[in-house]
Amino acid sequence: MNTTPLLQVEGITKTFGGITAVNGVSFTVNDGEILGIIGPNGSGKTTVVNCITGFVKPTSGKVYFRGKDITGKPAHKIADIGITRTFQVMRPYYSLPAYKNLLIPLFSPRARRTGGWRGGGRLGDRARVGIDILEEIGFERDSYVPYKMTSILPTGYLKRLEIARCLALRPEIIICDEVFSGLSMSEIASMVPLIERLQMDGITIVMIEHRLRELFRVANRVLVLNFGQVLMEGNPDEVMADPSVRDAYFGSRRVEEIMEHA
Amino acid sequence: MAAEQLRKERIDRGIKVRTEGIYALMSWRELLYLIGPRFLLIAGMLLLPLLMPGMYWQRVVSIVCIYALLALSFDFLAHFVGLVSLGGAFFVGTGGYLAAILNTSFGLPPILTVFLATLLGAALCTVLLLPCLPMRGVYFAIVSLMYPLLLARLIEAMNILGGTDGIMGVDSFPNRWIEQYLLIAVVLIFLFGARRLVNTDLGLVLRGIKDNDQAIRASAMNITHYKALAVFIASIMGCLSGACLVHIYMWSGVSQFALDFSILPIAATVIGGSSTLVGPVLGCLILVPISELLRDFGTLRIVSYSLILVGFIVFRSEGLMVYGQRKYHQFERWTRI
Repeated sequence: MNTTPLLQVEGITKTFGGITAVNGVSFTVNDGEILGIIGPNGSGKTTVVNCITGFVKPTSGKVYFRGKDITGKPAHKIADIGITRTFQVMRPYYSLPAYKNLLIPLFSPRARRTGGWRGGGRLGDRARVGIDILEEIGFERDSYVPYKMTSILPTGYLKRLEIARCLALRPEIIICDEVFSGLSMSEIASMVPLIERLQMDGITIVMIEHRLRELFRVANRVLVLNFGQVLMEGNPDEVMADPSVRDAYFGSRRVEEIMEHA
Repeated sequence: MAAEQLRKERIDRGIKVRTEGIYALMSWRELLYLIGPRFLLIAGMLLLPLLMPGMYWQRVVSIVCIYALLALSFDFLAHFVGLVSLGGAFFVGTGGYLAAILNTSFGLPPILTVFLATLLGAALCTVLLLPCLPMRGVYFAIVSLMYPLLLARLIEAMNILGGTDGIMGVDSFPNRWIEQYLLIAVVLIFLFGARRLVNTDLGLVLRGIKDNDQAIRASAMNITHYKALAVFIASIMGCLSGACLVHIYMWSGVSQFALDFSILPIAATVIGGSSTLVGPVLGCLILVPISELLRDFGTLRIVSYSLILVGFIVFRSEGLMVYGQRKYHQFERWTRI
């Protein structure tokens, strides 16, 4: 039914010296879906994201966005066409208050062109748009939180701030690199509806996660990576039932049985 | 029995909070709290030439302003963009030689040469520094340190631009009052301009580069582009000081590429308080006269000068202005943990 997928990754390979971090990974991301990417530590998830978003150049392979080749373009150009990302290790501007963190992406050419988050083509008052975004992602508008220094905010808020930076660019895709990790159960519980709301806004989301239970609740499709290669792809139920996925995570089924009894 | 542990607590003064935003207009006291320090600085700077005992010390005021511009440029680049520049001498030399050439070869009056040498020099410096801007780390510092050495040797070895003699017969400013007040005005304009700039949205982007350049890339902005813009702004201050220096000395030579112009501004920034922008100007007001007073001691001048610097780094590494601003805006008390 659909002609070209939103994002198409074809045979991406990335080697660092003698180590092949990603080895011929291919997958597609469809418009409006939530794609989960899982895999054990070191399976190449973050490297795939870095290759797509231009933070590293893939050794070989191609990345297409709406059928257009974007392989190896610099990171700011890729963000400029609407492919945004969060960082696993949060990268806010620690020396600024929370809301000023958003004035920076809102100053970018893309935000000014598109009007920023939900903007109608022209960007209004940056500070107001910034506070609007912060409220959307769970900073209480009438509290002091948006005005607090970023350096004293807890992890939960910093993870949200990462998503906020993407939203300021009025993104087509947000690639979330482990936004649930390091959060408490209640913090994750409030993040899940946020992700679902973003999907309803028409934003396509790629989520790299280790918190599988929560990921399987929101993801439409899941891609499993192991040792830099695609192990399998399917809907959450298929992936959860697949024994090879469990083996990839736990090494053997015996260990998994131990976990069940623990 | 565990020893009682105390911790120093710093709390903003009520008046500081009251003077943020529109509430500053509440009373004369609040207004004075805001305007006072600024007025003190501006009035002090403007009165400085009148208070000097003689021609010699009036000349020192001009030199203070030259260094203040360089220190301002260093502080702006290092603490608001994250580029540590050791290239004060590069800016001074480029601006200075350009002003001398424009004046002696093209016969332009000082006011025009200063203006043109500043813009042309800043463009030239930015283009020459451009190749090391996409890199992170110490490369910018190294390259900016090497350029003045390279250019000075090039002029000497190839005997161009006057060679070791330099370019002589450069016009001076019409008179010493114009010279001093022009420089003082320029320092004040750039000081308040830079303070304003770092709080605009563009300034936030520049500070963001220092804080977290990867996040800037992820925000769809080209870091190199903004770094180049920042270097251009900083070179404007540097080349302007160089151009003025040449007209003060009425001579341009390879000593304008000397390391003093790179090092003294950094020392002044350390003493005055880094990332305050006012601090470096204050540092120059202290350091340059001291270095003049110690001229009689010959080589020992460097010793006492270094001792001051070491003393500051060890005992007051934050610098005078950071300390002063803290005392002005906050009170301290000991609390039990």
